[in-house]
Amino acid sequence: MLNWLSQISAITLANLKTLPERRGAAVAAAVGIAGVVTVLVGVLSIAEGFQRVLAVSGSPDVAIVLRSGSDAEMNSGLTHDDTRLIADAPGLARNAANLPLASAELFVVINLPKRSTGTDANVPLRGVSPAAFDVRGNLMMLEGRRFEPGKNEVIVGAGAARQFSGLDVGKTVRVGQTEWVVVGVFAAGGGVAESEIWTDAAVLQPAYHRGDTYQAVYAKLISAEAFHTFTDALTTNPQLSIKAVRQSDFYADQSTQLVGFVKGIGITIAALMAVGALFGALNTMYSSVAARTREIATLRALGFGSSPVVVSVLLESLALALAGGVLGAAGAWLAFDGHTTSTMNWQTFSQVAFAFRVSPALLVQAILWAAMIGVLGGLFPAIRAARIPIAAALRET
Amino acid sequence: MTTDQSPLIRIADVDKTYRRGAEEIRVLAGLSLTVQCGEFLALMGPSGSGKSTLLNLLGGLDRPTRGTVEIGGERIDALSDRRLAGWRARHVGLVFQFYNLLPVMTAERNVELPLLLTHLSKADRRKHVATALAIVGLAHRTSHYPRQLSGGEQQRVGIARAIVTDPTLLLCDEPTGDLDRKSGDEILSLLQTLNREQGKTIIMVTHDPHASSRASRTVHLDKGQLSAAAPA
Repeated sequence: MLNWLSQISAITLANLKTLPERRGAAVAAAVGIAGVVTVLVGVLSIAEGFQRVLAVSGSPDVAIVLRSGSDAEMNSGLTHDDTRLIADAPGLARNAANLPLASAELFVVINLPKRSTGTDANVPLRGVSPAAFDVRGNLMMLEGRRFEPGKNEVIVGAGAARQFSGLDVGKTVRVGQTEWVVVGVFAAGGGVAESEIWTDAAVLQPAYHRGDTYQAVYAKLISAEAFHTFTDALTTNPQLSIKAVRQSDFYADQSTQLVGFVKGIGITIAALMAVGALFGALNTMYSSVAARTREIATLRALGFGSSPVVVSVLLESLALALAGGVLGAAGAWLAFDGHTTSTMNWQTFSQVAFAFRVSPALLVQAILWAAMIGVLGGLFPAIRAARIPIAAALRET
Repeated sequence: MTTDQSPLIRIADVDKTYRRGAEEIRVLAGLSLTVQCGEFLALMGPSGSGKSTLLNLLGGLDRPTRGTVEIGGERIDALSDRRLAGWRARHVGLVFQFYNLLPVMTAERNVELPLLLTHLSKADRRKHVATALAIVGLAHRTSHYPRQLSGGEQQRVGIARAIVTDPTLLLCDEPTGDLDRKSGDEILSLLQTLNREQGKTIIMVTHDPHASSRASRTVHLDKGQLSAAAPA
């Protein structure tokens, strides 16, 4: 075994030391692989970023209550009586004044121009009850103040403020016949609420002719385990026709469709590019083997086995691919990580602001792609190297 | 490899044919040859006569189409590729016309290569390499790369590599073919020394009558057969 490893190390060392003589082809192959990795990481970082926004939005000890049969707030509807019964359910957390932490909310979509393109896009406008801030628990004013109940005032999520124009504090947003004054900008732990505009539900209801109805109740539970007590009480109440989901599950479901779509595109593009990069790697390794035919034959003539030759060619190819992979991953990380944008959340028909996220897992995935290209690109040249007819190759000049 | 009195090499009725498209080329035709242990044999003949092919068969680098190749009592034509590689590493030293050194390795590392196939420790390998380089007179050039050495010096490194495992048989394919007369003479003297003082059996392919005159016996090949001028 040791003997076999010394053979591999001697041949690999000799291979790698001749790389500078083949630097053109070697660099081309490595750059090709770097390109694949950059595209893969770039596109998948969109999915990661979007997924993360929705993942951090959900807490297992917050329940979202919708009308039975609804999958999203958009097509849900709850009466005032429904919301009151929900707020009285067991398992709900209460504040210092012993009031239930349940926020009955309205969800509408308005049009605002994007800062980047100037084109209109859908932005969620959420009417919330006073308990909403305690239910979310992670809201923090970055600028200005909270809206005052009963007034046409809004606060804007940091992501929405960044992506859409006209949402600076002090500006007025006109929607239909109503004008809303922006009085604050808030953060929500990087979650989906940062893409929303919030106002008092009691003001939003008449503005949108909703009467005394709502679309969802966000309820803070005593603990994550209290969810079953809470849902059981609601679903067995004959006065109610509702469904309750954990907030964490609700957002995880919302991310599935878009994340699956983006990942599909990313992997398809990267796979097509990988085919190109594979030919680059094949070309480099074939020329490497061709340039070293006599050397390989000499080693074989001295008694070196064919398997160390195969492994050493594969190692050279792998080294090139990994160099390209690291280069591409670093480039993608520098270019994409933290880049902010927004996209349509098809479940709410509104924009979600998010940042591209180049996670360590994504980088590992990309390096594995590079390694796979390297091994496949080196395989056939390695086999050719092992099959070189020794006697004829020894005389090559 | 047994060597006492019995012939080291017995080649019996060997044919070697190659195919080039539809054409079949018979390079060796029923050749038989015996070489005693400790001989320094020169193989001469015109281009295409089969000298190098014969050398390749003796080195286990190629296989006969028909006939047997027995060296040290072992039928090497019957060995698998894997066992043949191991056999070469243990019993044969190869010297090439164009030296075939690895340009990215120093003289010392080039000479060490065959020892990587043994179980010697690094320290023992270094000792063997130093001895081999001293025998060929290059003890002072160990850290030089092939490009920093003259043709004669490169061939000395090639010979050091061939003898570092102390093989019984040295196969030399035109060892002076790429050298000037002076360097060539030095290499031939070195081979003679290895033959006389260390008892190496040497088979040398050459075109050069001057080179063959340094051998203890010369055989001529023509059209794949030993010519009448030089019986086996």
